[in-house]
Amino acid sequence: MNRFAELLDRLAYEPGRTNKLRLITRYFHEVGDPDRGYALAALTGALSFKHAKPALIRDLIAARTDPVLFGLSYDYVGDLSETVALMWPKAAMAAHNNPPPLTLTEVVTTLRTLGKTELPRQLERWLDELDETGRWALLKLVTGALRIGISARLAKTAAAALGDKDPHEIELIWPGLSPPYLDLFAWLEGRAEKPVNRDPAPFRPVMLAHAIEETDFAALDPADYIAEWKWDGIRVQAVAGRDERGHIAVRLYSRTGEDITGSFPDLVPSLRLPGAIDGELLILREGRVQSFNVLQQRLNRKVVSPKLIKDFPIHLRAYDLLGDDENDLRELPFVERRERLETFIGKLDDPRIDLSPTVPFASWEALTAARADPASAGAGEDADAIEGVMLKRRDAPYLPGRPKGQWWKWKRDPHIIDAVLMYAQRGHGKRSSYYSDYTFGVWTEGETGDELVPVGKAYFGFTDDELLQIDRFVRRNTTEKFGPVRHVVHEGDKGLVLEVAFEGLQRSPRHKSGVAMRFPRISRLRWDKPPREADRLETLEKMLKADESLPTIKVAASAKGH
Amino acid sequence: MHGSRLRQWLRRAFTPPGRRSLAETASPRMTGEYRGTGAYMTTMRPQDILLPVAAGLCCKPGGFHIDPVRPVERAVITHGHSDHARAGHGAVLATQETLDMMRLRYGENFAGSTQVIRYGEEIRLGDVSVKFHPAGHVLGSAQIAVTCKDTCIVASGDYKDAHDPTCTPFELVPCDVFITEATFGLPVFRHGNASDEVKKLLASVALFPERAHLVGAYSLGKAQRVIALLRQAGYDEPIYLHGAMETITHYYQSRGIELGELRPVTGVKKAALAGTITLAPPSATSDLWTRRFPDPVTAFASGWMRVRARARQRGVELPLVISDHADWDGLTATIAATGAGEIWVTHGQEDALVHWCRGRGLRAQPLDLVGYGDEEESETPLADEAEA
Repeated sequence: MNRFAELLDRLAYEPGRTNKLRLITRYFHEVGDPDRGYALAALTGALSFKHAKPALIRDLIAARTDPVLFGLSYDYVGDLSETVALMWPKAAMAAHNNPPPLTLTEVVTTLRTLGKTELPRQLERWLDELDETGRWALLKLVTGALRIGISARLAKTAAAALGDKDPHEIELIWPGLSPPYLDLFAWLEGRAEKPVNRDPAPFRPVMLAHAIEETDFAALDPADYIAEWKWDGIRVQAVAGRDERGHIAVRLYSRTGEDITGSFPDLVPSLRLPGAIDGELLILREGRVQSFNVLQQRLNRKVVSPKLIKDFPIHLRAYDLLGDDENDLRELPFVERRERLETFIGKLDDPRIDLSPTVPFASWEALTAARADPASAGAGEDADAIEGVMLKRRDAPYLPGRPKGQWWKWKRDPHIIDAVLMYAQRGHGKRSSYYSDYTFGVWTEGETGDELVPVGKAYFGFTDDELLQIDRFVRRNTTEKFGPVRHVVHEGDKGLVLEVAFEGLQRSPRHKSGVAMRFPRISRLRWDKPPREADRLETLEKMLKADESLPTIKVAASAKGH
Repeated sequence: MHGSRLRQWLRRAFTPPGRRSLAETASPRMTGEYRGTGAYMTTMRPQDILLPVAAGLCCKPGGFHIDPVRPVERAVITHGHSDHARAGHGAVLATQETLDMMRLRYGENFAGSTQVIRYGEEIRLGDVSVKFHPAGHVLGSAQIAVTCKDTCIVASGDYKDAHDPTCTPFELVPCDVFITEATFGLPVFRHGNASDEVKKLLASVALFPERAHLVGAYSLGKAQRVIALLRQAGYDEPIYLHGAMETITHYYQSRGIELGELRPVTGVKKAALAGTITLAPPSATSDLWTRRFPDPVTAFASGWMRVRARARQRGVELPLVISDHADWDGLTATIAATGAGEIWVTHGQEDALVHWCRGRGLRAQPLDLVGYGDEEESETPLADEAEA
């Protein structure tokens, strides 16, 4: 348990992805079975036991500390588990002749079978036995709130690195594995064959596209490619398969292989035929595709209420077929898979699932025109939910990852405005000595004439060299400091204009400006432009009107609003 | 005059009755509180011996202040940290090490005159006698026992009861009134074993040999302790120092403290710093200066690192819980062991410690002293662009 606690502790502070990977891989390397398997389960969220309620932890500490001291401590620390872990009184050393140290395996296996009434006593015994970090990790584990910024994907990637394997391979077999993953580690360490995935509806590593540049077209022949709209939804893999008893099992996977079936139970009955569809999740109302802002209401929900399902009806737009019943189609060229897909969707004949239409074009000029105006190129009223076009080679097999030259994405030009840098904040990790987070604003009419109102924050998009330039500018033009935040000069003729690119706009009562940007990033530094020539709020408001497909965004605001 | 009156009124108006400072309870009309305790009838009341005033802790019968925060005629100083040892006093009484450190920091003319006192030595000042005892905080740090007639008050300054290879260990001094610090006066602060924290640092150096490890540590005391602990753990590579660390660290070496091979980091090539450890003042570990290091891991050695939010706030990646103050267990054990019936609690989390003392039947109050805190807070911030 101590070694696991040490890992969690270190991960909680480490900002860098590669360093996190190193720490986890090192752990898998140093720690034996079955502890490391349960650690992998904890990091991927695969452990299942009834979590302890905070009230129980509170009772435990109340029984052995002074309430005033606990109150003052909790106030200072701000986190219940951490406060309890730190101030838990040392046991009166009742332990005789050094019992073996508590292991993660013991904790996990005990919790799985422990009755509710036995939990408090058991927790007490463990807390007595562990040190500060151990107690902290234990409490995080039993309350089910690890929150250390590790995704399941990252943990699997770290495991893959143990045996120099591609994380995709683990994703592929993952649904058939269970803690403590003895067979997985045996394979990774070269001691056994690769475990076979007996999952009736397994995930297949997804194929991704490269962003196309103007200069790429010269080398491409339009005749080799099929074009489709790029829908602004969520990439999903919808898999249905027969289990041992012949029942259909259905699973929805995110592009990283995360099982998201629980978030979209309303789509499950539609997937009646065994097969694996690659497609996009969208919200459709009266046959019309809604904007991403609307779809967002269905994401990261703990409870999927009937009302949510009714108000945000889910839809699958299919663009590829990876498996048809027992047959793996991934080796086939795209044109053939597309034909199979059309037949498959026809057989399904379900209102919740349809085909992603192709965009006919004869030359790059024709495609450019279609991309610029999807509405008149066949997308009709759904044009607002289109992000651009996809180009897929007719002869491309379905390859995992981002293979060169097979699939291209050609996004519509992003929105661009010129804004003025207002505040700068230090970054994290590698960037902690740089002012790399920027708040920028546009002009609006204030009580005493024109003033800047903040409209967004961006912390990427610039090159390393540009970062150095901005950092230098910030340090030389600071007007005030508030902790890590610097106010940077922003007047009509003094200041820095940033060209900001973004994907969309949303009304937001939480922002002073009333608008929030999606995916903003710094696209250029406009040293040449005086701040007074930067854009005005009215420009954004015009863009917003053009962006809004339906006035449903109010739901977003009130759902979050406090 | 008017301003200070106003301040006094404000303080009275906003201090809850339970927290009235000693300065106020000492007024002649308010002595009833102490009349009940027979022992004090014949001796002096403690607040007649030591009293908090704006300049610091004032000993009227002895004619001096302890660790004054403003220039005074005669100052008795516990240790060299800049919030306790300031320049500009008439005469200063302190240990040799404390005086040397003040000289190094403020220059030759930091005081009108100085007088050295050794641990265990007793000196008569006015109507009181003053004796110095090791405080275990940093090199040369002392607790000051002030005795007047039969009453002994120990002003402990900052202290710790934990192992430290760079200074004389803390000595317990029985007394009637114990003045304790409360920097880590909450039961969540338990510092554990400092050598375990150093092991954590060494494990990280082993795991990331291509990165530099930057350890933020106060330049007086903490830095040298970390170096000494690294050496005890068997680390014998050269250790690099930020420029601001050099003077005090070399002074420690000149006092016979073994720190192994130390090198200034200035001028060393970036690539050569991979896999090395550099000690720097905490304020330097998050600034431009860090760009000379290859992908640095930022560590910080401090008791505050026990609390995650504090570590995260500072952007620390490798918190090391190493403190030069006593932790909660240390504070409470020391208070109990002094046998003092009355405890004055100063700088830090007074409330919790006062509550604990009262629960044990000890008379306890917070002492209204201002101007003490982390040494770092009084350090001059590093010039922003200078080291780019």
